[in-house]
Amino acid sequence: MSELHEKGVTELAAALRARQVSSVELTRALLERVTRHQSELNAFISISAEGALLEAAQADVRRSRSDAGPLTGVPIAHKDIFCTRGEKTTCGSRMLANFVAPYDATVVERLRAAGIVMLGKTNMDEFAMGSSNETSFFGPVKNPWDRARVPGGSSGGSAAAVAARLVPAATATDTGGSIRQPAALCGVTGLKPTYGRVSRYGLIAFASSLDQAGLITRSAADAALLLGAMAGFDERDSTSVELPVPDYGAALEQPLKGLKIGVLKEFFDTGLDPAIEQHIRAALDLLRSQGALIKDVSLPNLPLSVPTYYVVAPAECSSNLARFDGVRYGYRCYKPRDLLDLYQRSRGEGFGAEVKRRIMTGTYVLSAGYYDAFYLKAQRVRQLISNDFERAFHEVDVVIGPTTPTTAFELGAKTADPVTMYLNDIYTIGANLAGLPAISLPCGLAQGLPTAMQIIGPHFGEERLLNVAHRYQLETDWHRRAPPGFA
Amino acid sequence: MSLNRRDIENIARLARLALTEQEIPLYVEGLSRIMGLVGELDRADTSQVEPMAHPLPGQRQRLRADAVTETDHHQLYQQNAPQVEAALYLVPRVIE
Repeated sequence: MSELHEKGVTELAAALRARQVSSVELTRALLERVTRHQSELNAFISISAEGALLEAAQADVRRSRSDAGPLTGVPIAHKDIFCTRGEKTTCGSRMLANFVAPYDATVVERLRAAGIVMLGKTNMDEFAMGSSNETSFFGPVKNPWDRARVPGGSSGGSAAAVAARLVPAATATDTGGSIRQPAALCGVTGLKPTYGRVSRYGLIAFASSLDQAGLITRSAADAALLLGAMAGFDERDSTSVELPVPDYGAALEQPLKGLKIGVLKEFFDTGLDPAIEQHIRAALDLLRSQGALIKDVSLPNLPLSVPTYYVVAPAECSSNLARFDGVRYGYRCYKPRDLLDLYQRSRGEGFGAEVKRRIMTGTYVLSAGYYDAFYLKAQRVRQLISNDFERAFHEVDVVIGPTTPTTAFELGAKTADPVTMYLNDIYTIGANLAGLPAISLPCGLAQGLPTAMQIIGPHFGEERLLNVAHRYQLETDWHRRAPPGFA
Repeated sequence: MSLNRRDIENIARLARLALTEQEIPLYVEGLSRIMGLVGELDRADTSQVEPMAHPLPGQRQRLRADAVTETDHHQLYQQNAPQVEAALYLVPRVIE
């Protein structure tokens, strides 16, 4: 039997079911590993040792009473953007450094009900705004493949923790690439479901027309298992869609014969690291050998994704973050002179530089006289991008391209200019703008760092994405590679 | 597109953000660069397209019945408040 930390969710669930290990033993082993690597990677904001062991003991009782479900007793971590009742939920910000959530997010509640054990809350860019995990109030996360490099963001803690084999899986969120980009840079699997597929109740809002909750896992099969437990209608989220949740595991093995794959022409045009392109071409050859039909597709408006996003997302962020006023919860400045001073200094001191930059960008594009020129213009271009995808999905079943233009970059390399940092998400933002599901999976190593490909599908096409990803992972072992020193 | 110091001070006031003297030039530079990027949108011909209203075509925002569903949780919620007295949130005096 391989070491416990090397196993993914599916294998751990099987080991628990076969009573080869108890949830308490497993939880204790992983907690030890999480704690041991904390100072080196900084992947966690809080570690819930006591609560995790209690939940594990409850899971073992459930198992002894033959009352266990498929996930009962499996430990995972939650991104610190999900509210967890009675525990700190900071969103990576000084503003919420002492905030104790009064209720569970629906995602947390559902996974808890399935018997999942929570080991702790993972580090993240402040309010999920960043692509390198360097904007966290609690310090950057280090990439386990090279501690001098970023893990990506905003779900950098979740990606690093899964890559370093500290946890088998972690929840994450994706507004412009925040699941897929760190998954790519850390060599793990990252799934962003369709907008509306997973409830966002209790998920601290950044940009409400883009935010979606998802997963970082070791494999597509693990993502399928967890997504089934997380997804589904929730009346407490008005964007939640009333559609039944399929059995995501059932379609995993389906053969790829006749599958039509579109290769996103615009994604290979400029700026892509040749090593990444080479690995994706090799992956496409493998899929072709399995019977998939490959053709080029063009989405002419896709290159405008980044400018569109940097109007829409800041606009919604400036509105969502208006709630942080230093009155009802969150950071309050010392000795405010009057109410205006209370608002301005609490916000000025409580938010970090990137969050303030986005609030101000959003305030500007929504201000009188600019709304039509910027905000409405961006929403029109967004429609064009969405139309491009819709046209593509008349011709092909899924589209494939890179997740990121480069492998993980060095800490501090892109902090000086916001636009340089923003361009990192050039391949991921399109799926958010159009509300589409997408998955990133490792497809090679370049100079010791993971490279990744991205598969995007039509709305509610998660089953197909997971199927293609799983078939690829059956034939390759990139997703099994652990960073040196973390095997 | 370039923004100046007055623009930044004005935006910060609208956004209720106190900025330090050192921060202002950083935001002049940063927002100017971002708005330069946003300027690329002018390349797209959007004369024939409506602004997108929802990421899922045909979806409408669901409304719930106008009924009381929540009970009083003020004690729980006020545990996170910076300053409370007699179940009220305290702020600096507003009316002299």
